Amino acid sequence: MLYRVAAGTGLGFGAANGENLRVKIHEYQAKQILRRFGIDVPKGDVAFSPKEAQAIASRLGGRSVIKAQIHAGGRGKGGGVRIAAYAEEAERLARQMIGMNLVTPQTGPRGRKVRRLLIEEPVDISREIYLAVTLDRARSVPALMASGQGGMEIEELARRDPKAIRVEPIEPVPGFRSYQARRVAYGLGLSGDQVTRATRLMQALLRAYQETDASLVEINPLVLTAQGAFVALDAKMTFDDNALFRRPEIRELRDPDEEEPLEVEASAHGLNYVKLQGNIGCMVNGAGLAMATMDIIKLVGGEPANFLDVGGGATSDQVASAFRILLADPSVKGVLINIFGGILRGDVLARGLVEAIRKVDVRVPVVVRLEGTNVEEGRQILKGSGLDFTLADGMLDAARKVVALAGAR
Amino acid sequence: MSILVDRDTRVVIQGITGREGTFHARGCREYGTKIVAGVTPGRGGTIHEEVPVFDTVREAVHETGAEVSLIFVPPASAADAILESADAGVRLSVCITEGIPTSDMVVVRAALRDGGMRLIGPNCPGLISPGKCKVGIMPGYIHKTGPVGVLSRSGTLTYEAVAQLTRRGIGQSTCIGIGGDPIIGTTFVDALKLFRDDDETRAIVLIGEIGGGAEEEAARWAATEMNKPMVAFVAGQTAPPGRRMGHAGAIIAGGHGTAAEKMAALQECGVRVLASPAEIGEAVEAVLKEATRSGGARGRG
Repeated sequence: MLYRVAAGTGLGFGAANGENLRVKIHEYQAKQILRRFGIDVPKGDVAFSPKEAQAIASRLGGRSVIKAQIHAGGRGKGGGVRIAAYAEEAERLARQMIGMNLVTPQTGPRGRKVRRLLIEEPVDISREIYLAVTLDRARSVPALMASGQGGMEIEELARRDPKAIRVEPIEPVPGFRSYQARRVAYGLGLSGDQVTRATRLMQALLRAYQETDASLVEINPLVLTAQGAFVALDAKMTFDDNALFRRPEIRELRDPDEEEPLEVEASAHGLNYVKLQGNIGCMVNGAGLAMATMDIIKLVGGEPANFLDVGGGATSDQVASAFRILLADPSVKGVLINIFGGILRGDVLARGLVEAIRKVDVRVPVVVRLEGTNVEEGRQILKGSGLDFTLADGMLDAARKVVALAGAR
Repeated sequence: MSILVDRDTRVVIQGITGREGTFHARGCREYGTKIVAGVTPGRGGTIHEEVPVFDTVREAVHETGAEVSLIFVPPASAADAILESADAGVRLSVCITEGIPTSDMVVVRAALRDGGMRLIGPNCPGLISPGKCKVGIMPGYIHKTGPVGVLSRSGTLTYEAVAQLTRRGIGQSTCIGIGGDPIIGTTFVDALKLFRDDDETRAIVLIGEIGGGAEEEAARWAATEMNKPMVAFVAGQTAPPGRRMGHAGAIIAGGHGTAAEKMAALQECGVRVLASPAEIGEAVEAVLKEATRSGGARGRG
């Protein structure tokens, strides 16, 4: 099947929609998984030091490709992919690369520190292909995507030439059939023996997706070598964190160095925190309300410092942890607490807040907007606490107050 | 009238003996919902919260005439619970559970495609027809019977919208949280069709979120098929690209699914789109007045 993946149609097939899940792994780990499913990858290994890089390069015969391992793409553009002609050069390049701050179009301006390198044999490329499996949200089934124009980022390709992307939806029954894989292979212009091998490879790719509960598995490029073999030159996998409970082997591949420390701490307390660039810290119950709170802060001229969802049944311990995490960000100049107490009663929440604030040293203004069950009792508790809360009436009032107070400091 | 559930709806709760199931069984019953059965394998024959418990949904349906299920089963077995409901002949299943693996939901969606049972959720607050029936975890008292249908991917933001309406004296026909996951049983378009065909519903509030294309799909459908005024808010205008914001489905990927794209699509199709979540009540009041002035004809903003 061939259909358009046009920008702006909103059919939900943004190429990288596998991004939606938090668990990412490194390229070398993705390649180890693909190899386990029978997909060829270049010979190579991971190095944590220049010495290891040298040893691996010399095992590969000296000539080698050195790839920085960070959880972001576009590495070639930032100097994260280098070529060494012999093992000593690999060591020298590794020395430059380990510890460097790699900035790519996907890392943001602050970049990422390089701690691991993948040292690989060079591959003679005769053709580059794009191949991926991810969820087609519009159809609610996984889909295999392929393009004869590999190497380019798929988002870019979708913009430039959406017709060049082939999509095969995969129904749970009858599953991914050989005829679908053959159709893709012929569509890519492959012939003869190549079709058989590409079919096998696509089926292996789908097994890798399904048997690890991946949200995205992408080979870009898949190269056809001068010798006629298919080799996954670059690979990316992300995983469904809802399925991690049954994939312990994937959980172990997480790299805490690649995660924001405050976000790691938040997740340990059952909180959902994302650090942003502004100065208004937010604490909200519910993801949708949390995003709406960020939006209204921006509308009244402020900038949110974070997204923080304490969930529906937050305990006073969780509220205290949330506060600690919020305030650990030095850019926070004011805090907005927006709670719609439904099941969680206003008085219970207010007691938790007071307790939390007594435990944590709070030096910035705190604006509280409390709504829902037992809200009056809650407000009385906050007023009677002797602590310096500013109470707000409604989201708009709360946002205005916190932005004004933060700006006045 | 309301959609999907009313005073006579008979509900079975799957996972009734768990902490959440127990708490919300009580909440729903206090609101007036007819909770006729509970299901927990191994607890059949007992009574929990004054409700008879069965080992299987099939038994519960056979013995009590339950037609709607409300699911509080943990993520690892929630997909199975949904499929058990469908197998037992339940007409509507509401799954509250958050954190179900996507691959499980792929199978569930495919299995439900024959149309025997409607699923709402998962990862949702459920639905309520104010004054009649609550099948979910929302605080009942913030609602009021009236003419506005509320549709949302979110939980507490829905309560926020409802509270704004109720404060202005505007009631709701039915409020549905469709769920925040990438794969859900009932989409915006599915629910919009029900509201369009409901005589009591005179205006609709749609609360979207970043990620996926459900809002755009709703906009395209509404452009030609909807004859009632719609007000929309899309949360996540300030969300940075590529970051997950609590819901697996709420993500901006590859330039798709941004709040700006969704808001533009809805606006183009005649929906009144709000930049501020604090203006929902006000905007609905305005469109209802306009609709009344124009004699109930197309009165979109």
